[in-house]
Amino acid sequence: MEATVTTANSEGKTWGGGNEPMGASYGKLMMWFFIVSDALTFSGFLAAYGFSRFKFIETWPLADEVFTHFPFMHGVSAPMYYVALMTFILIFSSVTMVLAVDAGHQMKKNKVVLYMFLTIIGGLIFVGSQAWEWKNFIKGEYGAVETKGGSLLQFVDKDGKRVALADFAAFLPEEREQLTRNKAKWFMDEPALPSYSVAEVQAGFKAHPEILIRTEVITKEKKKTILSRAESEARLSQAQYVVEGANLIRNEYGSKLFADFFFFITGFHGFHVFSGVIINIIIFFNVLIGTYEKRRSYEMVEKVGLYWHFVDLVWVFVFTVFYLV
Amino acid sequence: MSHEHVSNIGRIWKVFGILSAVTVVEVILGILKPDALHMNNFMGMNLLNWIFYALTVYKAYYIVYAFMHMEGEKSTLRSAVVFPLIFLILYLLFILLTEGDYIYEVFKNSTIKWNF
Repeated sequence: MEATVTTANSEGKTWGGGNEPMGASYGKLMMWFFIVSDALTFSGFLAAYGFSRFKFIETWPLADEVFTHFPFMHGVSAPMYYVALMTFILIFSSVTMVLAVDAGHQMKKNKVVLYMFLTIIGGLIFVGSQAWEWKNFIKGEYGAVETKGGSLLQFVDKDGKRVALADFAAFLPEEREQLTRNKAKWFMDEPALPSYSVAEVQAGFKAHPEILIRTEVITKEKKKTILSRAESEARLSQAQYVVEGANLIRNEYGSKLFADFFFFITGFHGFHVFSGVIINIIIFFNVLIGTYEKRRSYEMVEKVGLYWHFVDLVWVFVFTVFYLV
Repeated sequence: MSHEHVSNIGRIWKVFGILSAVTVVEVILGILKPDALHMNNFMGMNLLNWIFYALTVYKAYYIVYAFMHMEGEKSTLRSAVVFPLIFLILYLLFILLTEGDYIYEVFKNSTIKWNF
């Protein structure tokens, strides 16, 4: 470690090793270059999201209708507050991390321990929040139907408020058997059946004349198009699937790609947070047993700090792209 | 370490204040969505979204320069990290977003229809 931390007076022998042309040790420099490559990876994902969104700009889901949950507040539409809270948690854990680095520079071991501990707690809370966010996203709230052509139809009442399938779907005495591998030919099966069949949704729709259909198309007022009753009936006759919640194949929010990108990008970011927490824990124990005290340098804390801030940096962009824009 | 380290706890809290304030502004704008910003387009995106992206880059600057302590590094390291990122990301965004918009136009205006 000495060799990587010390700067010998070797300005003369540029190629002889032990030289630091960029004024940073080998480990720190490599952390920076890793961050550059990882930042480009995330940019690739986010740019791909932008590509798909521009391609389907007229039918993309509206973020504040998708993410509306807040813990312990059921049925209250609270767009953005929860992710804003998550953003604060992550920024704050970045602050405690930079305070740990600062304390490390002054060789104050106890302060490093305290701040690293707080950073780890913040990271764990963030990962937990993201899991809760995923749970709501996967479970869904209202349900929708998909037509033969692949467009998604949602249900609203006269005032344009969303209506859940459970509120109007009829109950028909029909058998719906799930196709499993042992009953199918040639390795066929199907995922768990939705709570209602297409026929039940159609029958329920007939019985409730006040319900209308909302399509994915965004109007000039930046709202989703609501069809007339006659148009609604025509569109619903083409329904093929009942969609509840979200998976990688279809989701009740709209464009299929929306859920795919959401899972992939926030999942990849969450994986970064998770590995960041693990690395922080390792370094935390090293601090605890005095490894860096013996080295007379807390540079390792600084390096994991760089990684941790990078995770925060990516979240700032994910927050904007998925929740604000 | 080559450069001396003075404690800059004051600056850390100041930057935290800036980042929090910017996030609060973003959330308020995102909930209110003022029509003057939301309904006016500039270069294929509405003004509100431009503001969001500008604020995001502003936050990113503070995270990199203050928290990651980029402002204390040598200018060679700064350039080696920042310039390739700025150039490559803008380049990639330009290509992909232009292409995405082009495909949208094709679906919309030409004989290929995405209209079921």
